[in-house]
Amino acid sequence: MSQQSKAAKRQGGPEDMKQTNQKSLWGEAWIRFRRNKLALISLIFLSILVILAIGTFLVDIATNREFYMENVVKQDLLRRLEPPSAQHIFGLDEFGRDMLLRVIWGIRYSLFMSVIAVMVSILIGGTLGALAGYYGKQVDNIIMRFMDILLAIPSLLLAIAIVAAFGTSLINVLIAIGISYIPTFARTVRAAILMVKDQEYIEAARAIGASDFRIITKYIIPNALSPIIVQATLSTAGALLSIAGLSFLGLGIQPPTPEWGTMLSNARTYIRDSWHITVIPGVAIMLTILSLNLVGDGLRDALDPKLKK
Amino acid sequence: MYKYILKRLLTMIPVLLGVTFIVYFILAVSPGNPALIILGDGATPDSIAKLNEELGLNDPFIVRYLRFVWNAIQGDLGTSYKNSLDVSAMVMERFPATLVLALAATLIALAIGIPVGILSAKKQYSFIDYFVTVLSMIGVSMPTFWLGLLLVMLFSLQLGWLPSQGMNTESVGMFLRSLILPAVTLGTSVTATIARMTRSSMLDVIRADYIDTARAKGLNDSIITRRHMMKNAIIPIITAIGLQFGQLLGGAMLTETIFSWPGIGRLMIDNIKTKDIPVVLGCVIFLAVMFSIVNLIVDIIYAFVDPRIKSQFQRGKQKKLVVADKTGEAAA
Repeated sequence: MSQQSKAAKRQGGPEDMKQTNQKSLWGEAWIRFRRNKLALISLIFLSILVILAIGTFLVDIATNREFYMENVVKQDLLRRLEPPSAQHIFGLDEFGRDMLLRVIWGIRYSLFMSVIAVMVSILIGGTLGALAGYYGKQVDNIIMRFMDILLAIPSLLLAIAIVAAFGTSLINVLIAIGISYIPTFARTVRAAILMVKDQEYIEAARAIGASDFRIITKYIIPNALSPIIVQATLSTAGALLSIAGLSFLGLGIQPPTPEWGTMLSNARTYIRDSWHITVIPGVAIMLTILSLNLVGDGLRDALDPKLKK
Repeated sequence: MYKYILKRLLTMIPVLLGVTFIVYFILAVSPGNPALIILGDGATPDSIAKLNEELGLNDPFIVRYLRFVWNAIQGDLGTSYKNSLDVSAMVMERFPATLVLALAATLIALAIGIPVGILSAKKQYSFIDYFVTVLSMIGVSMPTFWLGLLLVMLFSLQLGWLPSQGMNTESVGMFLRSLILPAVTLGTSVTATIARMTRSSMLDVIRADYIDTARAKGLNDSIITRRHMMKNAIIPIITAIGLQFGQLLGGAMLTETIFSWPGIGRLMIDNIKTKDIPVVLGCVIFLAVMFSIVNLIVDIIYAFVDPRIKSQFQRGKQKKLVVADKTGEAAA
């Protein structure tokens, strides 16, 4: 909050003025977001991760996963636990594999899986929340009581129960994490829709004869979107933490897949022998979560109607 | 007030039924035949059928669920597949360790989080504020299990100050020594969250008119902070503590695994690996019920602290209101 409000006090330069004149909702939000340097740096960091991850997919396709098998999975026991050097800046892990490559290949499991899990919960939770918000009364009551129940189970506990019951596959981990965020999004979307539904400008749109479809797409969705985006960013951080936590317990993604939590789980055995295999995956997790949190906070401040002039 | 507590207790019943139903459903439909797990490799189709009958696994799901709930209310969570031990006894044996760990972590979080948050809010935009904000952001983003490993590396392996494994019950001193690392590990993210919460809710009230009034009438700073600011700022903080308890239970599983702490989390994780479903079920349900109870307690404290909630249930009862106000103040 502090940096943002400090930044908000600074007046925008001429460049800002020019863009403010366009007055698009998202354009204005972007200008506010950009003033928050920490959030901006975090966004750049996350973008780099995404680009790297896409790069790994391309490499996998181009080499028919040969590069992956050869450099990320294949063990070289003679060189195990080698500390960081000029050749391998992150060092080698407990099986002599390059830590840098493993961390990079791990992005898709850690970051992408959390994004997918959160998207699943947005889809299901959002629909449920929208139904509850639109129809109100009984529908609202039934859906939201059910959400209260889901919310009463700590998310990691629910995820562990699901994985314990159905086994530790990639899909099960996704489902387990996805389900635990459904109530969050149901609540967010419901609240957002309730707030917008009875506003005067919706009434006005209806009065000048706008169709329901137009009202929904043009007025309700854009106004309900910002809390969802903020919540999605923060939930992705939570999901990443849960996936890594599950993997650390041996209940998530299984070795030799280079998920960051799995890497930490393996590193535990060698904690007496070498520091870098414990420190590096943890730094990766922490920086990613930190960035997601900072971007989420930045977005909240940028999109929060309370801060709009 | 009692009306509020009663109402809150009644709403807890369907939630608890729902929670147990979902957890039971997930774990009861899980693939894998319990009879096969119990009998092991020497199982014959006959013996499996017989055991299924004995365990009541041939009954419809809803009958099994209701029987489970009925038994659970009486304190019977079933028996382990692996060693025929009573699950309730296993859970209760491990519960004190988890409780102590969770309480220690909460204590750390309150003792550090609230004062630091207040300080940070009062000195907004100062170096301290900036430092606290950054540190608490890092604390929130730090994975519990990684922090645990780092602490072990530093304080147990490098410096050799504190034990890294197990709960030492030889003496109080030894016990506290073995508690420090797990409690700090578990408490860090909660501390950070509470510091952030305290800071932002203090900032909400710090510029309120009634604070200026209090200052104008010559109250000293510490009274203003305690009576006027904290009384309003504490309400969102209390909610945060209740919600954080769920995180704490999740974190406890990870912390207990790292430090070989003999709590419920470890019991659960160990039994997931051996597919002992009744034990896992017992642990999950016990922890989920604990979470609900903690949130009930938090809601009740909340009502004590926030007179607005209290008054909703006390219209026209002037006398009681005065009494409740006093207790409310004591609680605050």
